[in-house]
Amino acid sequence: MAHTHSPEEIKKSVRKYMMVFGALLVGTVITVAASYIHFENFTFTVLLALFIASIKAFLVAGWFMHLISERKMIYFILTATVFFFAGLVYLTLWSMAPDSFIHIRR
Amino acid sequence: MEIPYTVHEREDTGLYNAKVGIWLFLASEVMLFGALFSAYILLRVGASPGAWPTGLLNVPIGTVNTIVLITSSITVVMAWASLKMNQFGKFKMYQTITVLCALMFCGIKSYEYYDKFTHYEIIKHDGTVVDGHLVSQNTNEVVLHVSHKATGAATHGKEEHNAAGQPKDSAKNESASHAAGGHHDEVRVPRSEIRKMENYGPWHNTYLAIYFTLTGLHALHVIGGAAVIAYLLGPGSKMWKTEPERFTNRIEVSGLFWHFVDLVWIFLFPVLYLL
Amino acid sequence: MQHTTTTHTSAAAHAHHDPGFWRTYIFSTDHKVIGIQYAVTSLAFMFFGFFLMILMRWQLAWPGQPIPVFGGILQKIVGDMAAGGVMTSDLYNSFGAMHGTIMIFLGVVPMAFAAFGNYVVPLQIGAPDMAFPRINMASYQSFVIGGIILMISFFIPGGAAQAGWTSYPPLASIIPTNGQTFWLVGMVFVITSSLLGSVNFLATIIQLRAPGMTWMRMPFFVWAQFVTGFLLLLAFPPLEAAAIMQLMDKVAGTSFFLPTGLLVSDQLAPISGGGSPLLWQHLFWFLGHPEVYVLILPAMGIVCEIICNNTRKPIWGYRSLVYSSMAIGFLSFIVWAHHMYLTGMGTAISTFFQTTTMIISIPSVIILTVFFITLWGGSIRFNTPMLFVLAFLPMFGIGGLTGLPLGLAYADLHLHDTYYVIAHFHYIVAPGTIFALFAGVYYWYPKATGRFMSEFWGKVHFWTSLFFINLVFQPMFAQGMAGMLRRMSDGGAFYGESVDASGAMANVIGAWPASVIQSNITISIAAFGLALAQIPFIVNFFVSMHNGKKVESDNPWQATTLEWQTPTPPPHGNFVGQPVAYRGPYEYSVPGAAGDFVPQNQPDAPGAPRKPASAKH
Repeated sequence: MAHTHSPEEIKKSVRKYMMVFGALLVGTVITVAASYIHFENFTFTVLLALFIASIKAFLVAGWFMHLISERKMIYFILTATVFFFAGLVYLTLWSMAPDSFIHIRR
Repeated sequence: MEIPYTVHEREDTGLYNAKVGIWLFLASEVMLFGALFSAYILLRVGASPGAWPTGLLNVPIGTVNTIVLITSSITVVMAWASLKMNQFGKFKMYQTITVLCALMFCGIKSYEYYDKFTHYEIIKHDGTVVDGHLVSQNTNEVVLHVSHKATGAATHGKEEHNAAGQPKDSAKNESASHAAGGHHDEVRVPRSEIRKMENYGPWHNTYLAIYFTLTGLHALHVIGGAAVIAYLLGPGSKMWKTEPERFTNRIEVSGLFWHFVDLVWIFLFPVLYLL
Repeated sequence: MQHTTTTHTSAAAHAHHDPGFWRTYIFSTDHKVIGIQYAVTSLAFMFFGFFLMILMRWQLAWPGQPIPVFGGILQKIVGDMAAGGVMTSDLYNSFGAMHGTIMIFLGVVPMAFAAFGNYVVPLQIGAPDMAFPRINMASYQSFVIGGIILMISFFIPGGAAQAGWTSYPPLASIIPTNGQTFWLVGMVFVITSSLLGSVNFLATIIQLRAPGMTWMRMPFFVWAQFVTGFLLLLAFPPLEAAAIMQLMDKVAGTSFFLPTGLLVSDQLAPISGGGSPLLWQHLFWFLGHPEVYVLILPAMGIVCEIICNNTRKPIWGYRSLVYSSMAIGFLSFIVWAHHMYLTGMGTAISTFFQTTTMIISIPSVIILTVFFITLWGGSIRFNTPMLFVLAFLPMFGIGGLTGLPLGLAYADLHLHDTYYVIAHFHYIVAPGTIFALFAGVYYWYPKATGRFMSEFWGKVHFWTSLFFINLVFQPMFAQGMAGMLRRMSDGGAFYGESVDASGAMANVIGAWPASVIQSNITISIAAFGLALAQIPFIVNFFVSMHNGKKVESDNPWQATTLEWQTPTPPPHGNFVGQPVAYRGPYEYSVPGAAGDFVPQNQPDAPGAPRKPASAKH
């Protein structure tokens, strides 16, 4: 974090870390369990898996990496990155597989 | 003049130099792994229907590895918090667990790789396929242990699978001469009958290619990150006595890298193992 | 504001501590030494890459003729590939691929970004060094290792990479040489060097600006390097990923880029298939396009510095420059498939990329316009740096404008992969960027060495280079429009030789006028002239170090920016005391000021009205 912390503040953070840890374990169990369920729509399967993964990623990035209280400069760097990564995937997919755009053939 | 803001933050950005540096580096790593993920998407979308194998990887083992990395993530942030609370002993304990988790992850991964390299697919001259793990081989024959738990092995798109990756008809996989409804585990194949024999390395199909590349690059990052953490736990920890704040910053920065490695796995695991 | 560290202190802070030759010149962490290391190394690579092209130009003008002087040496080095001193097609291809690779990745980018950036940026923002000096040193070493690996590839059996600097699969993967593998591994080192460098530059500019050096008071050169750093940081990794995958294809037998059913020499290739050659193209050009802005942005930065200094005027439209460079940076990530119009992507996607490509020309034109307008009403000093910069303007204009037909998908159908493309990008990089780099060398040389380079020989270098370089590239536009394709190892002679039933010249590409083939000769002769024209520069560079006219002050060009307000050459730690920026970067000819320029770190006279800072940061 960008600011100095007193030991009391850190102790509060420790509780948060433990909660995040618990949530991550739960998320793992859920995602593995969900993989054994057969959904009719494969797109839904993909979106569900990515959604759970994104929640877990948000928890790690937000609390373990302190992003939730990080500074503007870091947000700027990451927003630019996410944007360009999205562009890479989206535009490449669109160029190479225009028919199956969004829909993954199974 | 000394370089400023190596330890304390600069007022307007609120950051110290190394933290800016590591986040910039992580941004580039997002693009690196992102490009590999986009390659995965494109290769899969572009594959002929049914040609993309599923169920080739062991989900329970992958889950264990996921839990190992998540554990190491909490220990690495607890190590930093311990330093902030001036508890050097706790720091050492947490970082030791982190390094052990890293070693465990690599060990499990090595086992998984080994499992793939000893898993062979034999295509005989008559077109039948024998698929299983290598038991022994000599100049005359090859002996494979054929598993009835589906390992998928849809190498040329002829297999049908349900969502969990179990082949609908696993008997298609076995050598016809041993069908007879029994569970003969070992299949002997004379070399003269073999048209092609190939193990499940990255050359076997594009799914395995992207699997090995993604997990291999990830494993290199695990090793690199673990090496830095181990160094800071060992000889590097001397700095705690002379410059505790700078040392704590180093732990934070190396922790950020470690969390990124965990983040990549959080996406790798469902994409490669579950989908 | 300063925070000292108790362990690693700069060597010069303790005058009694002599680091010795190795730590001072070879393993230095000082940004100025590293900048000079990059400059000398990249200039050497650039001249080597140019030399490869000289050999190729012989083959293009006189295909099948033994190369004089160098033919024998070539044969000794590469053996059969230069049997009889004649350049074979394979050798031509490898020289072509390596010319591009070396010029871009080992020559121009390290010179423009790493060399000039390392030397000048910390000085211009008032910092004592880069944020991470040891990473800086590692970046240079990685660059050298990558360069050595690429150089070694010439000597291995089969020769160097031969599939173009773009290394398209399947060709790149099936060519029977390990040169491609060397290329890939060398590129990984070069990319690593670039990534380490860009992290350093960005962190330095974000964190180490001196007090008062707000974002909108930075010299435009620093802004240009900042945007360039972001381009390198975010665009290179996908190429690194692709290089790893192509490496896997080559050494691990994977099929990332190899399609099912691939036939090599009429045999089905023993691969799993399922890959996509197009995937490589997307990942390559995702870097490839931002890369060209990496080539031009630092040059624009240099141009801005020198124009302001030699017109004695502030830049007209500083904010336009800054916002345009940010727009270029952003847009450059979403135009890449204009290199792929002929891959069958479909009209919708082609239209998208065509649109973004047209839009990106707008900020580029704005920047050029800003430079032209700044000239108006200036007291122009026609010294060598300014001459190169003045030439840059129309040359870059030609290069940029000729890009427009290429960016339009319909016109590109005809022009793709022709000599028109070669002329277009060479106009931008050669009389564009490289002229700006020469200008930068002549301009900052007095700060680094305390001596001027010879003005006379500088002008000789300028006029001869300008003359010959236009003779080289101008005819290529006509060749390209007539349909002459790139990468033909005999200069099109084969196609030119076929005749139809009536005996008229006919070829499979189209009816070329005879001038197309004849131009090959004039171009080659002009290229030899251009090579000779560089000799004054090389000699001037080395001789002036000890024999050049000495500077009479630390600020011989009477410049405003902070790098000129240091001792000459700047000591370790750069500034005597903490510099503070009180004003913008180009306060030339300020009404009411005492002199015709006010340095950035000069405080206001007591009682003088204070100019407000333009932004909080």
